[in-house]
Amino acid sequence: MAGKTLYDKLWDSHLIHENSDGTNLIYIDRQLIHEVTSPQAFEGLRIANRKIWRNSANFAVPDHNIPTKDRYLGITDPISKLQVDTLSTNCSEFKIKEFSMNNPSQGIVHIIGPEQGLTLPGMTIVCGDSHTSTHGALGALAFGIGTSEVEHVLATQCLIQKKSKNMLININGLLNYNVTAKDIILYIIGRIGTAGGTGYAIEFSGQTIQSLSMESRMTICNMTIEMGARVGMIAVDQNTIEYLQNRTYAPSGLNWKKAVTSWENLKSDKDANYDKIIEIDCSKINPMVTWGTSPEMVTNINGIIPFPKNEKLTRSLQNALDYMGLKSGTAIKDIKLDKIFIGSCTNARIEDLRIASKIVKGKKIAKNIKLAMVVPGSGPVKKQAELEGLDDIFIKAGFEWRDPGCSMCLAMNDDFLEIGERCASTSNRNFEGRQGKGGRTHLVSPIMAASAAIEGHFINVSELRKDKQ
Amino acid sequence: MKKIKLWEGIVAPLDRQNVDTDAIIPKQFLKSIYRTGLGNYLFDEWRYLDYGELGQDCRKRPINKEFILNKNRFKNSSILLSRSNFGCGSSREHAPWALENFGFKVIIAESFADIFYNNCFKNSILPITLSSVIIDNLFNLTWDNWGFTLKIDLKNQTITNPLLKTIQFDIEEFRKMALIKGLDEIGQTLIYSEEIKKFEKKHKIENPWLFNIL
Repeated sequence: MAGKTLYDKLWDSHLIHENSDGTNLIYIDRQLIHEVTSPQAFEGLRIANRKIWRNSANFAVPDHNIPTKDRYLGITDPISKLQVDTLSTNCSEFKIKEFSMNNPSQGIVHIIGPEQGLTLPGMTIVCGDSHTSTHGALGALAFGIGTSEVEHVLATQCLIQKKSKNMLININGLLNYNVTAKDIILYIIGRIGTAGGTGYAIEFSGQTIQSLSMESRMTICNMTIEMGARVGMIAVDQNTIEYLQNRTYAPSGLNWKKAVTSWENLKSDKDANYDKIIEIDCSKINPMVTWGTSPEMVTNINGIIPFPKNEKLTRSLQNALDYMGLKSGTAIKDIKLDKIFIGSCTNARIEDLRIASKIVKGKKIAKNIKLAMVVPGSGPVKKQAELEGLDDIFIKAGFEWRDPGCSMCLAMNDDFLEIGERCASTSNRNFEGRQGKGGRTHLVSPIMAASAAIEGHFINVSELRKDKQ
Repeated sequence: MKKIKLWEGIVAPLDRQNVDTDAIIPKQFLKSIYRTGLGNYLFDEWRYLDYGELGQDCRKRPINKEFILNKNRFKNSSILLSRSNFGCGSSREHAPWALENFGFKVIIAESFADIFYNNCFKNSILPITLSSVIIDNLFNLTWDNWGFTLKIDLKNQTITNPLLKTIQFDIEEFRKMALIKGLDEIGQTLIYSEEIKKFEKKHKIENPWLFNIL
């Protein structure tokens, strides 16, 4: 009999009941809750007079609507305030741990889960948020769900699911200078397309993945959903275990030893079967920039905006270019920017801020940049960055140094693009209107965002002019 | 949940690939703490020329006359026709809530994103996947015939119209039954309460660290 993939192992170890129609009842260890996708779930419980199955399986944090400056003023938008207050009310009523806005550990839900040790290897984790795939970087089975399923998990600690197919993306080769995890995942999305992973759980493996930090692995798993796969995952190794040791909610003492022994098995068997295997040679990857309104519309820094290949593509390409205010044949390096956003659940961890700060240190943002902002992913990330003096470097360069939240990744708070504004953004989606109605998003790594801030247009960091280097 | 078995309605052609959930319902409307009332803001950025806000009276807003749902012939449509990867992006169930609240019962596309597809079944919307050849033909028929309707028979998995050969569509049995029976899924799962408790007990012995009190 063939061995099992990591996904198979996690699925099987949480299987409660196999239905005759091919669906399974699976147990959920952890649910993460934020203010946007949960109010209707709690309301559903109230209407049906249902209780929460296991309070401690859940934790909540407001992140999408949270202001990133002048937080002492509270939330000024009454509609946002009501949503954030509703989360607090629900958490008190249903006895769920909440990291509220002024808690020093508050941050983006996908950043604080791993940071607090609330995300652990071997867990099944869900959240009413598609970027829940992030947590798979720690050897967990994590995926986004809708609000009806949020309610289902609150009431039953289970979900009825059909198992996905297994895909392996094997990543090997030496990374070029200044190529990051973000470039790797954008490259893969460009290659297999935004729907290339639909129906699959994707495991990332290979020497390059093994060499990446946990932060970088999270960036890769985070964007698995941008190729259509709900689940991205990476096997547990020494990096995973070191990352988790001494985290607030991680096990300690004898339990830590037992847990580590158990986690060490969280990898695919050598003879495991995959429905699809993709090989990626990392040495071919250059820094990436998206130019359209779907993450698959991407090329590298030396590239140009493509010409259409057939009639169907023409229409979708033309829609995208009209929206983006760009033309086929334009060099990526000739694209000028208005705003820079370093943040989001994709790239707002300490490693991201360190690498961006190195580039802007001692320099100034270009004159055409109206706003450059750094939004740390969590309170602890912000605190750590300040201990290292990164805030000072960013502020001196002309960046704004903000408080943690989702911010301009989806612009539900006061941080957004005006019509026609163009942004180099370290976030995950370049959809029309994502960062504000009429706003134009280019997805890039923190290195590219920082370089573009200094030069005013996209540039390979190695080509930054001497006086700007 | 409302049951759905048979449906006949006007088809609206949304000729785009990768219609994402930000396009279906932009983020400012996700601030609502209710499931209802989102139909007015469906495809807000394509449908109106101004920036929409939750609670706004949409009757007074400037509309984009070019957008299909603003054309008289498609105003009362209840079947949406689109291209590949419909519903990609976020997990927001506000997307099917807005579609359902507008009046859409069926969405036909070349393919759907997983989370959106799953969310449809929780909200009495039937998503149907068809080949690009059939979809091309449906687009042509929809444009060429004023008031073009389709009749959907979920039980027999057929789509019919006198201008067409009957189209057979695939759907997984459990999803079909969810729409036909309109069951309370939580209630269904709670039938297994004893099995869940039994599993939980064993799981806790094997992995005590998963059961810390937060």
